[in-house]
Amino acid sequence: MICGAAAISGLAFSTQALAEGVTAGTLIENTAVASYDDGGGTRTINSNTVTVQVDELLDVTLTSQDPGPITTRPGDAVLTFELTNQGNGPEAFRLTANPAVAGNDFDVVVRSIAIDSNGNGVYDEGVDQILTGPETTAVLAPDTVLTVFVLVTVPVDAVNTQTSNVDLTAEAVTGSGAPGTVFAGEGVDGGDAIVGTTGAIATARGALTVGVVNVALIKSVALRDPFGGTSAVPGTIATFTIRAEVTGTGTINDLVITDLVPDGTTYALGTLALDGAALSDPEDGDAGSASDAAGIAVDLGDVTAEAIRSVTFEVVID
Amino acid sequence: MKLLTKLTIAAAFSAMLLPGLPAAAQAAAGQITLASDIKVEKIVTAPDGSERTELVTPTAIIPGDRLIIGISYVNNGTDVVDKSVVSNPLPAAVRLAPDADPALDVSVDGGKTWGKLAALTLANPDGTERGATHADVTHVRWVLLSIAPGVAGRLTFPAIIR
Repeated sequence: MICGAAAISGLAFSTQALAEGVTAGTLIENTAVASYDDGGGTRTINSNTVTVQVDELLDVTLTSQDPGPITTRPGDAVLTFELTNQGNGPEAFRLTANPAVAGNDFDVVVRSIAIDSNGNGVYDEGVDQILTGPETTAVLAPDTVLTVFVLVTVPVDAVNTQTSNVDLTAEAVTGSGAPGTVFAGEGVDGGDAIVGTTGAIATARGALTVGVVNVALIKSVALRDPFGGTSAVPGTIATFTIRAEVTGTGTINDLVITDLVPDGTTYALGTLALDGAALSDPEDGDAGSASDAAGIAVDLGDVTAEAIRSVTFEVVID
Repeated sequence: MKLLTKLTIAAAFSAMLLPGLPAAAQAAAGQITLASDIKVEKIVTAPDGSERTELVTPTAIIPGDRLIIGISYVNNGTDVVDKSVVSNPLPAAVRLAPDADPALDVSVDGGKTWGKLAALTLANPDGTERGATHADVTHVRWVLLSIAPGVAGRLTFPAIIR
């Protein structure tokens, strides 16, 4: 390969071995060599050098990066897409979001299309660049992968489990069309631009499901008096149960259940429990804490519907 | 004008002579000349519906397209030329097409060693060997046993733009 490297050193090469082939504008230069003995010794002659230029291939792919429908409440939501310049030349792509897809239960309002400026894959307000109309990416080098966000607003009248789709389209600014369509002179270095197998246009669909999460807390008490009955007298043990019912669709974050120890009662040490499993009284590594003064607190963390959690504790009537 | 052209050609060839040749050898310059071209195949449909393949100068070419690289040779001298070797380094932006003649003499090491592609191997980074593929070919060549004075010929091979 050493000789091969020497042989190509004179070629006008920027990049090669890309997924989609050599870069637009690459020159293919060919020279043949003949050697023969003319009776006076070995002679080596070169042919002329013939040169052709590789033209620009226009290709783009677009995929939804969301693992499935985004679960959202009425209000703002973000759909994530990934655009790849599959062509072999630098190209910008025009983006169009269509929220009115047949079969939608409701249509979202598209607020903006944004570019993942800091490349972290998550939309960061005030950091990621919001495109102004007509929404167009920067000129992307071949094989560049760009994360694109579509910022939408779900209408307030959307109800639980309703779904909606949004189609995002990316189209090469130079042009799109049937594969093989030629845009003469519009490619790199004055070459042609030619539409590749993708048609230089791609559409991907993002989906949303309305997920409204409700939490219902139901508190009940059971009395057990010193005489085996259920009357509220000094010494009676009152067992409180707080049932948290998480219903609807989605996840409720950082759900903490708190309650006070009623006046005229004393917390029965070591009786705090979550779903029947004891929790220690001090504020420590486990989810619960309890004391006369502060009452009880149980941190349930993130709770995904449908779920029922049950907190119990006992007090003694003074 | 004609004289000037001849002088220019002679000057061009003399620059390509192997160094250290005696002056007598240089006097016979220009027996074999080569011309290289790059074409694409185009299927032309005649009015009667029959199709034929024409070689045309490429207009718009993109990665994956198939090119025909051609070399025309002619013996302009007065003597028979024996055992001339015509070689063509493959431009880096192309690879030898899979439908190239399997009997073609090729090199996968920059022209150091030659053979039929099926018989050539390359070393893997881990030291093992693998069979060479069309994409590994760096050079193609033809050995022309005898070219009579005034005789011209054409050599071609297909290549795919990487």
